[in-house]
Amino acid sequence: MLDREQVHKVAHLARLELTPAEEEQFTTQLGSILDYFEQLNELDTGDVPPTTRAIDVSNVVRVDALQPYPAREAILDGAPDRDGEFFKVPQIMGGE
Amino acid sequence: MASIRELHQQLVRKERSAVEIATEALARVQALEPKLHSFISVTADRAIAQAQQVDAKIAAGEAIGPLAGIPIGIKDNMCTTGIRTTCGSRILENFVPPYESTVTQRLFEAGALMVGKTNMDEFAMGSSTETSAYQVTANPWDLQRVPGGSSGGSAAAVAGGQCVVSLGSDTGGSIRQPAALCGVVGLKPTYGLVSRYGLVAYASSLDQIGPFARTVEDAAILLGAIAGYDPQDSTSLQVDVPDYAAALKPDFKPRGKLRIGVIQETFGEGLDATVEAAVTKAVEVLQELGAEIQVINCPQFRYGLPTYYIIAPSEASANLARYDGVKYGYRAADPDNLLDMYAKTRAKGFGAEVKRRIMIGTYVLSAGYYDAYYLKAQKVRTLIKQDFEHAFQKVDILVCPTSPTTAFKAGEKTDDPLSMYLSDLMTIPVNLAGLPALSLPCGFDDQGLPIGLQMIGNVLREDLLLSVAHAYEQATEWHKRSPSL
Repeated sequence: MLDREQVHKVAHLARLELTPAEEEQFTTQLGSILDYFEQLNELDTGDVPPTTRAIDVSNVVRVDALQPYPAREAILDGAPDRDGEFFKVPQIMGGE
Repeated sequence: MASIRELHQQLVRKERSAVEIATEALARVQALEPKLHSFISVTADRAIAQAQQVDAKIAAGEAIGPLAGIPIGIKDNMCTTGIRTTCGSRILENFVPPYESTVTQRLFEAGALMVGKTNMDEFAMGSSTETSAYQVTANPWDLQRVPGGSSGGSAAAVAGGQCVVSLGSDTGGSIRQPAALCGVVGLKPTYGLVSRYGLVAYASSLDQIGPFARTVEDAAILLGAIAGYDPQDSTSLQVDVPDYAAALKPDFKPRGKLRIGVIQETFGEGLDATVEAAVTKAVEVLQELGAEIQVINCPQFRYGLPTYYIIAPSEASANLARYDGVKYGYRAADPDNLLDMYAKTRAKGFGAEVKRRIMIGTYVLSAGYYDAYYLKAQKVRTLIKQDFEHAFQKVDILVCPTSPTTAFKAGEKTDDPLSMYLSDLMTIPVNLAGLPALSLPCGFDDQGLPIGLQMIGNVLREDLLLSVAHAYEQATEWHKRSPSL
C-alpha cells in the first residue's frame, strides 16, 4: 500500500512540488491505480520474454557527422532566459 | 462539406479557387468555435497564404495533388515552424517550434491548407479532451457531451465540418475513441508507418499519427500523404506505401475469401446494450457482403488496460523530464535555486492528469518496483501480442466495438481516473501490439449519439483494413448523417 511519505518521495524524484492537498489526493488515487495493476499477477509470465517495442527494427544507425543548424537564434530565443549564446538558469547551490 | 475528391475536381475544373475554399472553411471555423472549441489556435493567414500558392499553381497550368487546397486541422502536439504548439499544456503555452514535423512538412508540400491547431488532452493524456489547459471541446452531436480524447479537437472539427480532414495521434485509442464518439472515421496506422519526427512524445513505443475523415476514402488519401519512411525517426519502417485510395473498390465483394473475427472478450460486462446491438448488426452486414465470420478469443485482451497504464506513464515520466524551464516553455518565477526552479516550473506548468501519470511512471520505475510493475507489464505485452498473432492465423480482420459507451457528459468522469481509463479498454491492446486499426460509424443510440465499429488489421495491412471499411461504409448510410449545429 502506498503512503503519503512515499508519494512525497516519488514527487521529489519526479521534480514535482506538490501541495499538501495534491499529496493527499494522489495517495488515494495512486493507491487504487496500483491495486488495479495487481490483476497482472494472475498471469504466469515466468518464461515470457518482455516486449520493448511493438514492431522490431534493429541496427538503425546514421553517420555521426556534424551539420550546420540554421535556426540557432530561434532556439536560443525560445528560452525563458538567455545570456548571449547561453541558456541562463538560477543559481545552482544554496538559496534554500 | 464536400469530400477531398469533390473539392479536387472543383479546383481542377476551376469552378472554385483554393482561396474560396479556405475562406469558406475559415468562416465555418469562426461560426462554430463559440459552440465547439475545437481549436487552440486558428491559423487563418497561413491557410490563405497556402491557398494562394495552390491557386498560382493551377493558374500556371501545373498539376496539383489530391490534398492541394484541402482544409485540414492539425492536433496541437505536432510541431509547426513559427506556429505555437502547446500540446494542450500551460508548460508549452508560448512554445513556437523552430522546426517542422515530418507529417506537416509532407502535407504543406502537398498543398494542404492548415486552418488551425486542434484542442487535445494535455500531452495526449486523457479520453475526453477535458484535461486540456485551455478549453473543453464539445461533441458536435450533443454540446453537453465530450468528443472523446485525446484528439477530441481533431475529431470534433471534422464532424462539425470545420475542416475536411485532420490529423490526430493515438497512443492508447486517442484517434479511434474520439472518432467513434464523434461519428467519423479515424485510423491508427501500424507502428512505424508514419513518422513521429516532430510529434511531442508521450509514450514513444506506442505513439502513432493518423487521419480523421468523414469517409474512408478521405482517410485513405490522407494516410497515403503522410505514410512512408523517414530517416529522422529511428522506428520508421522502410516499406513501400501502396496507393490506399486507388485500392478502394466500390464493388468490393470478398465472397468467402475474407475471414473476419469477432473478439468475444469485448462483449460482456460494461458494454452498452445499444453499442452491442449496433456492432452485432454491423457484423451481419459484413457477412452479407460475403465475409466469413468467426468468433475469436483473445484471453489476454482484458489485461491490456493495466499493462498500458504501467508502460505509458513509465515512458511519459522519462519523456516529460525535458520540461524543466531551461530551454523552452514556461519557467516559474522567483525560484530559490535550480532544483527549486524545476520543481516549481513543473508544479505550475503541468495539470493534474499529467502529474498523476508522471507520478505513476516514476513510482513503477523506481528502485525495488521495476520488476514487479514495468518488467511484468512488458511480459504481459508479449502475451497480448501473441493473442493477436494467433488470431491472425485464423482471420484477416478483427472487429469489436471501439468504445464500450457512446459519448459521456462533460465532468462525468473527471474525478475518477480509473473510470476514465476504462473508456480505452477496447483500443489499448492494439497499440501494445503495434497493429493498424480504424473506427468508423456503425449506428446511433436512442439519443442520437454515434457508435463506432473498430476494425483491426494485421501488421501493415492498412490496405485491406481500408477496403473492408469502405465496403461496409458503401453498404450503409451512417456516414451520410451530420450533426445539426
